[in-house]
Amino acid sequence: MQNLDRIVQEAQVDFSATDDPDALEQVKARYLGKSGRITALLKEMARLSPEERKATGQTINRAKEAIENALSERRDALRRAALERRLAEEAVDVTLPGRREVQGGLHPVTRTLERIEALFRSIGFEVADGPEIEADFQNFTALNMPEGHPARSMHDTFYLLDENGAVVDDVLLRTHTSPIQVRYMQAHVEKYGALETMPDIRIIAPGRVYRVDSDATHSPMFHQVEGLWIGANVSLADLKGVCADFLRRFFESDDLKVRFRPSFFPFTEPSAEIDVAFMRGALEGRWLEIAGCGMVHPNVLRHVGIDPEKYTGFAFGMGPDRLTMLRYGVSDLRLFFDGDLRFLRQFV
Amino acid sequence: MKFSESWLRSFVAPNVSGEALSHLLTMSGLEVEEEQPAAPFFDHVRVACVLEVVKHPNADRLSLCRVDAGGGDVHEVRSIVCGAPNVSPGIKVPCALPGANLPGNLKIKAAKVRGIESGGMLCSARELGLSEDASGLLILPDDAPVGEDLRVYLDLDDTLRTLKLTPNRADCLSISGIAREVSALTHARVLAPEVLETPVETDLQRPIVLDAPDACPLYCGRILAGADANAATPDWMKRRLERSGMRSISALVDITNYVMLELGQPLHAFDNAKLKGTIHARSARPGEKILLLNGQTLELREDVLLIADDARPLAVAGIMGGDETGITSGTTEIFLESAFFAPHAVAGRARRYGFGSEASYRFERGVDFGGARRVLERASQLILEICGGRAGPLVEASAPLPERRPIRLRPSRVARLLGVLIPDEEVVGILRRLGMRVESDGEDFLVVPPSFRFDIEIEADLIEEVARLHGYDNIPSSNSRADLMMLPRSESERGISRIRQILMDRGYQEVVNFAFVDEEWEKNLAGNTNAIRLSNPIAAQMSVMRSSLLGGLIANLVTNLKRKQTRVRLFETGRCFFRDPDGAPVAGFSQPWKLGALAYGAALPEQWSAASRTVDFFDAKGEVEALLAPNAEILGARFERAAHPALHPGRSAALSIGGKCVGVVGELHPRWVQHYELPLAPVVFVIDLDVLKFARMPEFAEVSKQPLAIRDLAVVVDQKIALRDILEGIKTDSPATVRDVDLFDVYTGNGVEPGKKSLAFRIVMQDTQRTLLDTEVDAAVQRMLAYLQNTFAAQLRT
Repeated sequence: MQNLDRIVQEAQVDFSATDDPDALEQVKARYLGKSGRITALLKEMARLSPEERKATGQTINRAKEAIENALSERRDALRRAALERRLAEEAVDVTLPGRREVQGGLHPVTRTLERIEALFRSIGFEVADGPEIEADFQNFTALNMPEGHPARSMHDTFYLLDENGAVVDDVLLRTHTSPIQVRYMQAHVEKYGALETMPDIRIIAPGRVYRVDSDATHSPMFHQVEGLWIGANVSLADLKGVCADFLRRFFESDDLKVRFRPSFFPFTEPSAEIDVAFMRGALEGRWLEIAGCGMVHPNVLRHVGIDPEKYTGFAFGMGPDRLTMLRYGVSDLRLFFDGDLRFLRQFV
Repeated sequence: MKFSESWLRSFVAPNVSGEALSHLLTMSGLEVEEEQPAAPFFDHVRVACVLEVVKHPNADRLSLCRVDAGGGDVHEVRSIVCGAPNVSPGIKVPCALPGANLPGNLKIKAAKVRGIESGGMLCSARELGLSEDASGLLILPDDAPVGEDLRVYLDLDDTLRTLKLTPNRADCLSISGIAREVSALTHARVLAPEVLETPVETDLQRPIVLDAPDACPLYCGRILAGADANAATPDWMKRRLERSGMRSISALVDITNYVMLELGQPLHAFDNAKLKGTIHARSARPGEKILLLNGQTLELREDVLLIADDARPLAVAGIMGGDETGITSGTTEIFLESAFFAPHAVAGRARRYGFGSEASYRFERGVDFGGARRVLERASQLILEICGGRAGPLVEASAPLPERRPIRLRPSRVARLLGVLIPDEEVVGILRRLGMRVESDGEDFLVVPPSFRFDIEIEADLIEEVARLHGYDNIPSSNSRADLMMLPRSESERGISRIRQILMDRGYQEVVNFAFVDEEWEKNLAGNTNAIRLSNPIAAQMSVMRSSLLGGLIANLVTNLKRKQTRVRLFETGRCFFRDPDGAPVAGFSQPWKLGALAYGAALPEQWSAASRTVDFFDAKGEVEALLAPNAEILGARFERAAHPALHPGRSAALSIGGKCVGVVGELHPRWVQHYELPLAPVVFVIDLDVLKFARMPEFAEVSKQPLAIRDLAVVVDQKIALRDILEGIKTDSPATVRDVDLFDVYTGNGVEPGKKSLAFRIVMQDTQRTLLDTEVDAAVQRMLAYLQNTFAAQLRT
C-alpha cells in the first residue's frame, strides 16, 4: 500500500499548492471525485476477496480521511486568508477625523451664572427672576430710596418714553437686580404672611441690568446677581460666612483672602463691601472689590410687609461680569457684548 | 476727598504709621482709594542763596554762580554753573549738592562744565518733580532758611490720600472730620485750631431775614471792611490747598476754600459794596434768573433756595454765588456768609442744571449746623491776618434747627443683628467716641447723634457704628444654620440651561446682546413701528427696546463675517419688550423671555466625509423640532406658512401651539440679505422660551407582544399639497391598528410629472391583542390609497 501513502502525500502537496477555493475543489475531484484516484481504488476493491476487501477498505478509508482532512484544513486556511485579505482591503485611515458637528458653547458670563446658581442651590437658595422694565417703586422706593434720595443719583437710570414721546416717570430699566428681591419678598408675604412664622427666604437673583454709562470699564447693560436670606435670626456673622464660603468655592481657592469693610447702601444697614485677594496669579496680594452686602434695612422689610422686629436678613450683590473677568483673566468688559466668535469660542 | 497726611496729623497725631492709617481708614468705611507721595523721592537738596552771577567765559547761555547752600557751621560758598534764564543774585533756590539723587535717576556729581568746575546744580520745579514748570529755577521765598533740607522746608515727605467716601459720610469731607474719625478709631485726642471771637472794629452790618426757615434755618453773616483783596496767599495755605486738589486763586477765595477743607463748612464771600439792604434766604420766584460765577445763567424754579438782597438774587444757596456780586481784585468790603442749608433744599438742584460744586456736594449730604458761627470766626481771623481790615459784628439769624432725637439701642438687638456679643461698655465707649450722647434706659441705651452726622436715624444705624468701630474683621464668620427645606423640582419643567445645552450640542454659540437696539432693526426685522423708546439712550443706534432677538443676531453675524468666519451658529436667550395694556407685573409692558438663533454657511463644518451644503429652512426647522422633542405632539405644535417681515415668504413658518403663535422659523428675506450685504442667506428662529420649558411627564403603556406589519406606499400628488394635510387625513381615516405613517421619501424629477411630487410612506400596523392577517393589512393600505386618491387626486406610483 505504499501507493496509497504516495497518493495522500500527493494530495497534500496538490492542496497546498492551490490558492484558489474553486481550483481547490477541482483538485479535490482528482482524488475524491467520481473518477478520482481514491474512488478508483475503491472501485477496484470489487475484485478482491472479502477478507482482502475488508483490510484494503480500511486502508483506503484511512487514506481518504487523511485527504479529506488535508482538504478541510486547506479550505479553512484559504477562508482565513480570504477574510484577512478582505479585512486588509476594508481597513480605513483611523487618523482621519470622525464625522462631526462642532460643539457650541455658553457665553462666559452664563457659565459664571450657572456656576453661581449651582453653588447657592447646594445650600438651599432658589433662583428668582423678574422684569427688566421695572416699576420705580420696586427699583428705588421699596429699597429705601424715595424720590429725591441722593443715592438715586448714583444709579444713572434709563427711562422710557410713552407712545406720545413723553417720559414715563414711574417705570425704568432696572438699575440693579434688587427689585427681584422686592417682588420675591412681596410674593412670599402674600403666600405665607398669615402663618405664625414664615419659612425663610433664600434666593439668588441673577439678571441683566442697565445704567447710562459706557466706557472701557462700564457697559450700559451688564449683569448682576444678588442674594437674599431672610429668617428669624439671620446675622452679619451669617452674611460673612455665606459670602466668604461662596467666594472660596467659586474661585476654587481655599486660601483666598476675603475681607469685609464698612460701606453704605440705602437698602442695607449695616452695610459692607467685600474685597478678595488671591494668593497666586497675576493679581496676587491685591485687594479687589468684589461685592456689596449688608443686613436688609428695616425700611425695606417694612415696605414689603415683613416685620423687622420678627425677621432679619442679609443681602449681597455682585457683578458676574467682573467675576468672569477675574476667573478667566478676561481683560476687557466690552468683549462680553461684542458677539465675536473668536472670543466666545474660548469658553466652549 | 483728597487730603495731606501732614495736615491731618496737625489735627490728630495717633501713634500709627502712614500705612496703618490707610488700613485703619479703609477698614472703618473711609476707603483710601489712592495714595501718593507729595513729591517724588530726591535727596541732598538744600535751600541756597545765589550770591553772585557772572557770565560763563566759554558759553553764551550759561552763568557762573557763587552760591551759599549752607553746610554746617561754616557756610561754604560754591561755584555752580547754571543755564536758567531767571538766575540772579539774591534769590533763594533749591540746590542739589554733589551726591544728590534727583527724580529720573539723575545723580549729581561735581564736574567741569565747559571747562569750569560746578559744585552742584540749581534746580527748577520740574527737575525736582514738583511741577511741570521748567521755565526757570524754582524761586523760594526770601525768608527761606539757607542750608535747610528742601524736603523739610517744603514739607515734601507728606502723603496725599484720596478717600472714596460713601454718600452718608459728609462729616468726613474735611480735615477736622477725618481727624474726628481717626480720634474715635485710635483714641488719640483731636487738636483743633483755637478759634477766638473776632474783635469787632466797625459797626458795619447787614440785617438777615430767613424767609424759608425750613430750608435755611441758620445764617451767619459779617462785614469785613478794608481788606486787601490783592494780598498774597501764604505759601503754607497754598500748599495745603494744592495738596487737597485745589488751585490757589486769590487770598479771599483761598481762605474760604481753606476753611471749608479744614472744617467742612462751605462759605461764601460777597462784595459788600454791590449788595443792597437786607440779606434774604428765600425761595426763588418762578422765572427768576441768575448769572453764576461759572458763567452759567440759570432760570430758577420755586424749589430753589436763593440768597437775595432787596434788589436781586445774589447766590443759589449752598450751590454757587452770583457773578455780579462776587469778590474781585477791586473788592474792599466783604460780606462773608456761613449758613446751614438743609440737604433737602439743595439736593439734586445743581445736577438739574448740569453742574456741581464743592458747596453743593457738601450741603446735599449735610453740613454740621453746630459749627456755622465758629467757622465764620475762623475765616474772619484768617482774612484779618492775611488781608487785613476791620470786622463788623457777627449777625446771626436762626430758626429751629434739625432735631437730633434720642434713638433706642437694645444690646440684644446688637447681638442678634451682628451675631456676636459686644459688651455694653464697649458699645457705649464706641458711641461716645463718635460724639454721641449716650444714656442708660433700663437695659437699653438712649443715643443722641451729633449735629455733624446726618446718617444716624434708627437703631440699625447705631448698630452699624458699633460694628464699624468694633471692626468687621472682629465679627465671626459663622457656619450658618438653617431649617433644611427641599426646593421644589417639577418634572414637567426643564430649566433654561437644558435648553441652552441642546443648542450647544448642535453647534450653537451663545451670545449676549444689548436689549436696546437700532430702531431700524425693529422696523425691518420685527415690523415694529411703535417700539418702546428710551428717553435717554447712550447712542442713536441703541434707542429702542428690542421686541425681537433677530437684530442682534444679524449684527453678530455681520461682525463675524468681517472677521473671516464663514460658518456661524449663534443663539441668545433674553427678554424682549412690548407695549401691552394687559402687561404684568409692570403695567403697560410685557417682557417675555425668548430664544433666538441663527445659522449661516455650511450645514456641517467642512469635513472630508460629508458633502458640503449650505443651511436651509429645514436645518432651522430641525433645530426647532429638536428643541420641542419629545414634547411637540403633546403640545400640539404646528408649523404654518406665515408672513414675517424678516423672512422669505416661501421659506418661513410660524410655530403655533394651541392656536397661539409662539415662534417663527425661516430663511432671512432676500431683501435683508442684500441690505445687510450678506453673501448667503442665514436661517433663523425665535421661540418663546416658556414653551420650551415644558417637559412631558412620561406615562407608561403596555408594550405589545404582537408582531409589526410593515408596508410601503408611494403616491404622486400635486406639489402644492401640504404633507401635514395628507398625514392628518390618513390618521383620521385609518383603523386603530395603524400605528405610524412615516414619510420616508419625497421625489420630484425624472419619472414624475412636472408640478407633482412623489411621496413614499412607511405604514406600521400592529394589533395589541393578536397577529394581523395579511388580508387585513392589505385592506388597510388599499383604504389609505383610496382615501388619497379621492381626497388629493393621488396616483399610485408603481
